[in-house]
Amino acid sequence: MAFISRGFRGKRRDTASGSRVPPGQHVVDDFPVLSAGPTPRVPLSEWSFSIVGELDEPKTWTWDEFRRLPSETVSVDIHCVTKWSKLDTSWTGVSVETILEGVETAADYAVAYCDGGYTTNLPVDDLRGRQAWIAFEYDGQPLDPEHGGPARLLVPHLYLWKSAKWVRGISLQAEDEPGFWESNGYHNRGDPWREQRYWGD
Amino acid sequence: MARAAVLGRLTWQLGEVAELIQETPRVSSLVLDVPDWPGHLAGQHVDVRLTAEDGYQAQRSYSIASAPESAQVTLTVERLPDGEVSPYLVGELRTGEKVELRGPIGGYFVWRAGEERPLLLIGGGSGIVPLMAMIRHHAATAAAAPVRLLYSSRSIEDVIYKDELARLTADDTGLAVAHTLTRSQPAGWEGYSRRIDGEMVAEVAWPKKDAPAVFICGPTAFVETASSLLVESGYDPAWIRTERFGATGG
Repeated sequence: MAFISRGFRGKRRDTASGSRVPPGQHVVDDFPVLSAGPTPRVPLSEWSFSIVGELDEPKTWTWDEFRRLPSETVSVDIHCVTKWSKLDTSWTGVSVETILEGVETAADYAVAYCDGGYTTNLPVDDLRGRQAWIAFEYDGQPLDPEHGGPARLLVPHLYLWKSAKWVRGISLQAEDEPGFWESNGYHNRGDPWREQRYWGD
Repeated sequence: MARAAVLGRLTWQLGEVAELIQETPRVSSLVLDVPDWPGHLAGQHVDVRLTAEDGYQAQRSYSIASAPESAQVTLTVERLPDGEVSPYLVGELRTGEKVELRGPIGGYFVWRAGEERPLLLIGGGSGIVPLMAMIRHHAATAAAAPVRLLYSSRSIEDVIYKDELARLTADDTGLAVAHTLTRSQPAGWEGYSRRIDGEMVAEVAWPKKDAPAVFICGPTAFVETASSLLVESGYDPAWIRTERFGATGG
């Protein structure tokens, strides 16, 4: 039983949107920025995206090659472990399903790696099935560097730290390997609906 | 104290308000007695949870302002006009009442007194709070690393911990503080009077040959500006750790 805070009423939202908000989250209208270090800035001419690790041959796309892959625009709700959720956000990107097409791998785990050294780990199953994208547009505009541009991973069904900003590739691995925040006290999987914020949640 | 960043499962605990300190017109410190507090590192935060009588709950994160050496846990909270939790913590909550919290959280934006590199702290507004935990940790341990703080506030009335910072500077603890006031300045003000810029950073920051440890905390635009200026001046991005406060802390 939680402790009742005398005199606390809170600011409640209507239940329609409330049912889309995971426990402990609140809806915001702006788009807060959280990152652990300076924003990296890499020219598109030097940018590439790679799939490495447990596959026959690593695959790499230049920016132009990447942009020629079929992309899609999706509207999703996003949930940050720092308690804010943002509903109906619009992103354009290439689904990881598309990126992994034709890739033969026995790997069950993946690590997304990024400019600036950030990493995050996910089961491959969380990346497949058109529920994860390499997003390069937000709301119809090129993705701001602050929000992870030129491209970031987008995995909206997990807390947003899994949606790695400035992503440059995915390493397919037989073993699970905790990423940056996962090594710093945050939950290994990060399902907002099960409120998996921190170690042991 | 300060045994580890995060140990196992973080459970909700009750902290009792031992003291409320009004720091500025909008900011108060809550000094909490937390009986089973596991200890924390300077720079970490906690989650606070409020529950209404009908079971409705709201959670927010707040930085810890107290040093790991302190017996009590101090949170410094800015009251946001449209906030949900902060107006309760700053305004409704009284001394002797209790509040639910769990922590400490975060293992990256932390500084330990054993680190010998010079320390550069850059704070905007209530972004000073986790940096103050580091400054207090530094003072409590008489740490050897020299510290420079660049602290941006709107006006002199908005400067959190003003007297304590002045005292620590005067006590020759190895702390030097540069204030900038961006909106209004009192008569005879001798600090900076503008938003953070390259010239200011060049005057306050350690030369890059010193390879300092850098912690920057504040609103997003402030953190972006400060970190970009340092990287442009030749700082290795890996030296710089950031924490950002949006307008939506609540």
